[in-house]
Amino acid sequence: MRGLLALALLATAWSAQAAGDESAPLKLWHAYRGGEETALLQVSEQFTAKTGVKVELLAVPYDAYGAKLTNAIPHGAGPDVFIFNHERLRNFHAQHLLAPATTLARGDYFANAVEALEVDGQVYGYPMSLKSLALYVNTKLVPNPPATTADLLAMLPALTDADAGRFGFAYESGDFYFHAPFLFGFGGELFNAAGRATFDTEGMAKSLAFVKKLQDDRFMPQEVSGALVKSLFNDGRAAMVISGPWFAGEVAPSVDYRVVALPVVSETGIPMRPFLGVEAAFVSAQSQRKEQAQALARFLSLGEASLVRTTVGRQIPADVAAYELQAVKEDVLISSFREAARNATPMPNTVEMLKVWEPMKLALRAVLQGGTEPQDAGALADRRYRALHRERPPDASPLPWLGLVGAMALGGTVWVMRRPAPTLPFKRRYPDVAQAAAYLAPATAGILVLVFVPFVIGLSLSLFHYEPGEYSFVGLANFIDILASRGYRITEPLSFYFTLAVTLVWALVNVVLHVSIGLFLAMLLKDPLLKLRGFYRVLLIIPWAVPNYITALMWKGMFHRQFGAINGLLVALGLEPVSWFTKFSTAFAANVATNTWLGFPFMMVVALGALQSIPQELYEAAEVDGASKWTQFRRITLPLLRPAMLPAVILGSVWTFNMFNIIYLVSGGEPGGGTDILVSEAFRWAFQRNQQYGFAAAYSVLIFVVLLAWSSFTKRLMRASSEVMG
Amino acid sequence: MNRPSKLKMAAIHAGLMLLCMATLYPVLWVVKMALSPTDSLTLTVNPFPEAITLEHFREVVLGTDSAGRWLFGRQLLASLVVSGATTVVGLALAVSAAYALSRFRFPGKEGGMQTLLITQMFPATLMLVPIYSILQKLHLLDSLTGLVLVYATTALPFCIWNLKGYFDTLPRELEEAAVMDGASPTQVFIRVVLPLARPALAVTALFSFMTAWNEFILAATLLNDPTRFTLPVALQRYVGEYKVEWGKFAAGALVISAPVMALFFALQKHLVGGLTAGGVKG
Repeated sequence: MRGLLALALLATAWSAQAAGDESAPLKLWHAYRGGEETALLQVSEQFTAKTGVKVELLAVPYDAYGAKLTNAIPHGAGPDVFIFNHERLRNFHAQHLLAPATTLARGDYFANAVEALEVDGQVYGYPMSLKSLALYVNTKLVPNPPATTADLLAMLPALTDADAGRFGFAYESGDFYFHAPFLFGFGGELFNAAGRATFDTEGMAKSLAFVKKLQDDRFMPQEVSGALVKSLFNDGRAAMVISGPWFAGEVAPSVDYRVVALPVVSETGIPMRPFLGVEAAFVSAQSQRKEQAQALARFLSLGEASLVRTTVGRQIPADVAAYELQAVKEDVLISSFREAARNATPMPNTVEMLKVWEPMKLALRAVLQGGTEPQDAGALADRRYRALHRERPPDASPLPWLGLVGAMALGGTVWVMRRPAPTLPFKRRYPDVAQAAAYLAPATAGILVLVFVPFVIGLSLSLFHYEPGEYSFVGLANFIDILASRGYRITEPLSFYFTLAVTLVWALVNVVLHVSIGLFLAMLLKDPLLKLRGFYRVLLIIPWAVPNYITALMWKGMFHRQFGAINGLLVALGLEPVSWFTKFSTAFAANVATNTWLGFPFMMVVALGALQSIPQELYEAAEVDGASKWTQFRRITLPLLRPAMLPAVILGSVWTFNMFNIIYLVSGGEPGGGTDILVSEAFRWAFQRNQQYGFAAAYSVLIFVVLLAWSSFTKRLMRASSEVMG
Repeated sequence: MNRPSKLKMAAIHAGLMLLCMATLYPVLWVVKMALSPTDSLTLTVNPFPEAITLEHFREVVLGTDSAGRWLFGRQLLASLVVSGATTVVGLALAVSAAYALSRFRFPGKEGGMQTLLITQMFPATLMLVPIYSILQKLHLLDSLTGLVLVYATTALPFCIWNLKGYFDTLPRELEEAAVMDGASPTQVFIRVVLPLARPALAVTALFSFMTAWNEFILAATLLNDPTRFTLPVALQRYVGEYKVEWGKFAAGALVISAPVMALFFALQKHLVGGLTAGGVKG
């Protein structure tokens, strides 16, 4: 049976291989799930039926999508056509990822949808659907949807019973995309006349104060995720939620609901204006079959494809003709969204827009999680924005650097040549050099190509500045920026020194905990007469066997404010639940707890091995001399453990220092980047902040320097310890 | 040795049991999520499921994608092939290199060992961009071969250090005796050294396997074809930033962790010796 299964697996693998060779389908990438994915599949089958051109779909997880596109397309490994929202358009364009939409006829689509896809008068991409936010109302609980915020506030007390887990209102309040309607409704603006983002405005303060009050009055839950909104609404425990058209596919059939436009803000008389996003099919600049790719992208955006995407995928088409179709006309959801989108503000497709998210998230969380007053949050975001918005440093001349490299090479050669000639000929000193070379060659080749070369490239990248599409040589400017801690006082989170201090404390606390817990358990387990010894040992190494990103996500779930097991435990003990990621101390503690769970088994195993190698006679002799247990531990166990434990401790400290997964996945740097360590900060610069590879590389070089200093210190430590031990 | 008192033993058992419970709690919690019918979190302390369903496992293991393809089988195969090949390639390279570093004299030996360690200190995620370009130049992007080469070489420094430490502790007299009996250097290596180093080999193999089996950032970046995804990349689809399907995530997590746990249990006797006998001693 098992053999058959293996054969079947092999066969499918082979057939997949063969199919890839015989006819190359057009590659279409998207980030759809559920109904939208099904619709896209049907539509691409229609395309194949019409044209005979096969289409291969790839669903990329949304979080990884942007990075994957920017990596793959310039290397010729990307899709022919991909579906993405328009707001990254200018960024993609700067990186030369996009081909102009050559067969697009403007009149086919809504004018604002086409305009959203324009850069310097040229249209890139075929608009497929419009995405904006509206109010989903549970009609059983709320027969008449609120037209104004005053209506809303009047209704909420009757709909809410926070202690029973019922809320009048819910949306992903920590996400700027969802906050934008409040901001614009309170008269706030995002960009000033010069096109720069402005955060410290009255509208910002008022909108933040409004949602903070909703949360404080417990009309809406705290720390809301999309999953929570879905489950609350489906269980009838949230009367109204803000979401987009994609949410319709997730509402349970048992819930009767309506979709209406967001209410008007009573204070200003302005309707809450959500962002309008245009989802479009883009043709890759690297596509080898531009004509077919253009045809596919156009096909996806119009006519029968629009109909399927509307009825099956529940998307709001950007195609004017679609609204003439009977099925679309009669569709209440589509027309409600179309209606709600009238108030929407098209999201700018500028590079500037991309730099707004992180500061806004910081401000939102700072206010909602407490600690920051709404009127101060704008200034907070402003500073973050300025720190992220790094001006391009002036180009430096590479000549001095080339000179330096040349001089070093020359100096090195001279030093080698001038060394006193060895007394023995080379052959005699190293008799087995040929054999050694044969044994070493394969490993050396691999390491050179895939470890050493990337390492050297990484080092040299730190001297460059990267703007999407081009590198420019800037010398030490990146390092100066980091070390001068531009934009932040050195005692604040987000300054290099603060992050460095956090990293050092993080490594120290973890290693101390790993070693002491590991050693303690090893002491308990070392007795060979202990029953069930093997059983305990097996149970205790389980955390080591679980992949660490799974550990991280698992613990993140356990630290969940509302549904986490840890808070459940606290409540069961009669304590207050804790909002783990809103304060530095608790967020840091959550990271440490996770990493300790993950790390103690390694130390336990090493300590166990070391303990077993200590001769038992030593203890017996000490016993005879009348030494107490404590003295025995201090005088015998600890000194004899050192040679085995020290290398493990050193290795563990380097691992912890670079333990990216735990920080990134558990606290995610919350609150406000405070718990980020150096590696996660470097990762953010490289992959989340407009790909500032040079700056990130400079960060990495500094990490490397710190670890180098640490390793030279530990080397001395090891030498000292081996001298003591003789 | 004097027999510990009954009381002391009882205390040790109680302590160990308590710690085991603390250690197992998160794991039980995942088991519970995987077996519970709901797909979201619920606030309870009880780590045992109230109702049991295998639906999440069924969906993760037997589910098909929108094109009707059964991806799990291929992804499992891809994971096994990648991890297996990484172990074999990595071990072959590490064993010979470590042996050379332990036994032969040649220029640049100390420097080479130090360089190996030093490269480990550069944050791995930042090497992603250069590695991507190199694989593309070698035409190994989006291929399992490329992934195997990257995994095998990035795990090499640790493997080499661990094995070299172990080889250093093996008595040379045995090898000399074999040479006296007329064995060639290759025969000495294969017939004498390798069998003696079995515990360290087992542990090193386990590490190589784990590196490949668990890694997901590189795999997610380098692979584009869902039929070639390794399991961690496939698991990523259940824990998006905007939607977390806890039940399926938990079921997938258990499926992915199971083989490594099995290996750990099989090799746990060697674990202690293989890490510490020669250990990572410098």
